[in-house]
Amino acid sequence: MTMSTLLDIKNLSTHFNTSAGTIKAVNDVSFKLREGETLGLVGESGCGKSVTALSIMRLVPSPPGRIVSGDVIFQGKNLLEISEEEMQNVRGRDIGMIFQEPMTSLNPVLSIGRQLREPLELHLGMTKQQSLKRSSELLELVGIPDPATRLKTFPHQTSGGQRQRIMIAMALSCEPKLLIADEATTALDVTIQAQILEIIKELTDRLGTSVIIITHNLGVVARYADSVNVMYAGKLRESGSLDQVYKESKHPYTVGLLNSVPTLDLDADVRLQPIRGEIPNLTDLPEGCAFIDRCDYATQKCEESEPELEEVEDAHFGACWEHRRVGKNLQGITT
Amino acid sequence: MLGTQTSWQKPAGNNYVTITTAHSTTDETDSNSQSPLLDIRDLKVHFPVTEGFIIQRQVGVIKAVDGVNLSVNPGETLGLVGESGSGKTTIGRAILKLENATEGQILLNGEDITKSTGNRLRDVRRQLGMVFQDPFGSLNPRMSAGNLVGEPLKIHGLTTTKSEYKRRVAELLKIVGLNSMMAGRYPHEFSGGQRQRIGVARALAAKPDVMVLDEPVSALDVSIQAQVINLIKDLQTEFGLAYIFIAHDLSVVRNISDRVAVMYLGKIVEIGSRDDIYNHPKHAYTRALLSAVPTANPDLERSRERIVLEGDIPSPLNPPSGCVFRPRCPKPTEDCRDGKIEMGLIEINPGHFVDKCCVNCG
Repeated sequence: MTMSTLLDIKNLSTHFNTSAGTIKAVNDVSFKLREGETLGLVGESGCGKSVTALSIMRLVPSPPGRIVSGDVIFQGKNLLEISEEEMQNVRGRDIGMIFQEPMTSLNPVLSIGRQLREPLELHLGMTKQQSLKRSSELLELVGIPDPATRLKTFPHQTSGGQRQRIMIAMALSCEPKLLIADEATTALDVTIQAQILEIIKELTDRLGTSVIIITHNLGVVARYADSVNVMYAGKLRESGSLDQVYKESKHPYTVGLLNSVPTLDLDADVRLQPIRGEIPNLTDLPEGCAFIDRCDYATQKCEESEPELEEVEDAHFGACWEHRRVGKNLQGITT
Repeated sequence: MLGTQTSWQKPAGNNYVTITTAHSTTDETDSNSQSPLLDIRDLKVHFPVTEGFIIQRQVGVIKAVDGVNLSVNPGETLGLVGESGSGKTTIGRAILKLENATEGQILLNGEDITKSTGNRLRDVRRQLGMVFQDPFGSLNPRMSAGNLVGEPLKIHGLTTTKSEYKRRVAELLKIVGLNSMMAGRYPHEFSGGQRQRIGVARALAAKPDVMVLDEPVSALDVSIQAQVINLIKDLQTEFGLAYIFIAHDLSVVRNISDRVAVMYLGKIVEIGSRDDIYNHPKHAYTRALLSAVPTANPDLERSRERIVLEGDIPSPLNPPSGCVFRPRCPKPTEDCRDGKIEMGLIEINPGHFVDKCCVNCG
């Protein structure tokens, strides 16, 4: 694997101004992505994982959203400082994105062919004939039978899995350096999810594309990611290689997440250990650690100040004062 | 508890007395006989497809459920899994008579409920509870949590006085882990997990025997899912409820079910104990489903065999001939293709049934 950094996010903060107060959806997040690497960005709803992706793409709806500070350095260029026109050349060409809702992310009034041809003609300057030929090849690549006729159909005539395949074809049509898959398979059945993820893996491996998989499904990450970032309440809480994060978790939240999902390899009668309580209100976060109310390891120190992300092991980062006490996973990994 | 209810149940008519007696006799016989609480026999739910605006003519039929046999014993959890469009939700809705059965019988305590109407239907529904998937769409936003939970009590006339009603609502909220002070709040003031708890309390209010849980946790966040699963399990132990647990997440189903039925295109392709389905799956579809579920264990994921099914589930409007699974089967034989093999379930081990077509594969 090449070790050169493709994407370097430094102290990114994105806030939303609402009537209830300022929501720090992404709060001082920094991480790097190497070329060819697959990164899993994990967390529950409202933790800021999608807003991180939208900030990279500069697609945060504004108002109410605003990228307050930070740098998004992609191939040596700070995406937050370039003009909107330059950014349009990055979107779709250098960075492809697959959204969660295959229903709403395709335009219902344009044929699939028209939508597939658009990035090819816009970014790669293809003629209509060339782009038609290429789109038909792309559909074949993602496993859609009879692509030539399919190009003439409209999104409502295709199933959810097919639509998501079309989205992948579109996102990868210009052979981007980075693919962001934001809950790309959440709305799909497990069998279709497996198909889609295998296609993404095969194509990105072949093209050497880096991938950010945004999901709440810890299993998907375990199957496809090289490294993992865990987010909670707008901040990165743990970051490291897949094995480090899953087997030697350094944050109680990661441990909690792993213990609360039933998996097929566990003893079936094991009682799940949920994380107690609820996700905190983002407009009214506690002074200290945001996880404090749900944490079994909380001490006085956690109440007073928020722990920063620090390197606890080689290339393994955790944001917890008590990371030494955070035990091995109680279940799951021991088999 | 039931005995006290009969005294103020009189308005419901003579019918009620017969039910309670029927009910209590089954309760007594449950311990010494094997008669299932809920017995579904050759259930078919078909939806007509029509064309035309004023003069409608039927152009086809969707066989959402096509000849399903299932039984649920008291205190048991039956998991129902399958992809979307396999008919699992339709079965759940047919049990509560939210969809009408085209053919077949649904026996609840020995009584066929597919023909029930009016007051009788209301009594039947008292014995059944349902929790829906979407905690946002399934609660009336203009009703307070207390009224949502208390509505079944009013409909079935289960409480006589206002104080009793209030006490019962508070008790129900407490059972599902909510503070009784929250009774005056409205659904938008609750989180997804809390709303689903209200949904469970509402389903529980009329003391049902069977609860149909249709994807009760799939809309919830991971950490909240586990809380609700544990709650559902605890309620079963406490009240001896029988569950039909409908879900597409096989890991969750494994954690909660005693027996599991795998559905494909309106039919059951494999049914057996949890151990049969998860440790000795026989049908190619069951094996593909299991291999498609990613687990949160990196070592296991690296070593696992993966069966990736081709294509989508076929349209129920135009199902394939012969074996319904044939177009996606990894190794269909000549016989499957010709439709020569007789379809239907065959028992390969006690309680473990598999579609005949797939018995000899792999």
